[in-house]
Amino acid sequence: MDSLSKLDEVKTTPWSGGREPWSIEYGKIMMWFFLVSDAFTFSSFLIYYGAQKFAQPTWIDADKIFQSIPGIADHGQPLVFVGIMTFILIMSSVTMVLAVEAGHRNSKKEVVKWMIWTILGGIAFVGCQALEWTHLHHVGFWFGQNPATGLTDPAAISAALQPYFTHDISYTAALQFSNLFFTITGFHGFHVTVGIILNIIILCMVLNNTFEKRGTYLMIEKVGLYWHFVDLVWVFVFTFFYLI
Amino acid sequence: MANHDHTLDSHDAHAHGEGMGVKRIWQVFGILLFITAIEFLVALGFVHHWHIVAKGPALYAFYVVLTLIKAYYIVAFFMHLKFEKKSFIISCSIVFIFIIYFIVLMLIEGGYLLNHLQEHSVYPNK
Repeated sequence: MDSLSKLDEVKTTPWSGGREPWSIEYGKIMMWFFLVSDAFTFSSFLIYYGAQKFAQPTWIDADKIFQSIPGIADHGQPLVFVGIMTFILIMSSVTMVLAVEAGHRNSKKEVVKWMIWTILGGIAFVGCQALEWTHLHHVGFWFGQNPATGLTDPAAISAALQPYFTHDISYTAALQFSNLFFTITGFHGFHVTVGIILNIIILCMVLNNTFEKRGTYLMIEKVGLYWHFVDLVWVFVFTFFYLI
Repeated sequence: MANHDHTLDSHDAHAHGEGMGVKRIWQVFGILLFITAIEFLVALGFVHHWHIVAKGPALYAFYVVLTLIKAYYIVAFFMHLKFEKKSFIISCSIVFIFIIYFIVLMLIEGGYLLNHLQEHSVYPNK
C-alpha cells in the first residue's frame, strides 16, 4: 500500500512520467524542432555572407544595386521595392496569425478567408522576388556571374562594376555578393514556395471539413509556425542584404 | 488516445486564456510596421538622401538591434512561444548560443583572411 501510494506520488510532477511536460501536441513540437534546425541552416548562410564581407576589402553597395522598381523605374529608387516586399510578407504573417486565431474559435469561414489572404500574400511575395531576380539577371548578375564576367581589361572590369560600388571596386566581391544573394534569397524563396503549397493543402483540408471532423484546427497552427518562420528569416535577410 | 485529447483540450484552454486575441495581433503588427518604418526612414532618409548619418559599425549595430526586436515579436507573439511552458522556451532558444559562437568565430576568420590572403585585384573608384 505504502509503495503504491509512493508510485502515485512520483507522477505528480511534470517530468516524472504519465504527463506531457510541455503540454504541446507532438506534431507541433516536431515543427518547432524542425524550425530550430532550419534556423541553423539560414544562420550558417548569413554568417558565411558576413564572413565574406569581412574578408573582402570592399563590397557592393546595397543602395546602388537594389534601385529598381520593376515596371515603374529602372533605377534611382533604392530600397523601395524591397520595402513593398517586406510589407507584403509582414502582412501575410498577420493574416496567418488571424487564421490561427479563427481556428481557435473553430470558425471555418474566417479560417478560409484568412488562409486565402495568406496564400495571396505569399504568391505576391514570390512574384516580387521573381521580378527582382529577373532585373538583376538582366543587368548581368547570376550564380557565378557578375556584369564584368568575361572581361579581362582592368579598366573595362572597373567600368562594368562601377555603378554598384561606392568605394573600391573588386570583381571577387561582386562575384561573392552575386552568388550569396541568389543562394540565400533563393533558399528563402524556396521556403516561401513550400509554405504556399502547404497553405493551399491546409486550405483544401479546411474546405473539406477535415479539421471540423477532427474537432481541432491545430494543423493551422503548425503551418502557421512555418509561415512565421519564413517571415522571420526575411527580417534577417532584409537587414543583412538590403540595409547593411 | 484519451490522453491525447486531453492535451489538445488543455492546449485550447491555454490559448484562449492568455494567447493572441485579434487586438493583440494588430498591436504586434503595428510594432513590426513601426520598426520597419524606422529602418526605412534611417536607410532612405538619413543615410541615402540627407546624408545625416554615415554608414558604419554604429549604424549597422542599430539595424541589428531593431532586427532582433522584430525577431523577438515574431517569435514571441506570432509564433506564440512566449505563452508556452518555460522549459520549452529554453529548449528552443538555448541552442542559439552556438550560433552566437559561430558568428564570432567566422567574423574573426573573415577579418584574418582580409589581412593575410588578399590576392584579388581591387580597382579604385573614381
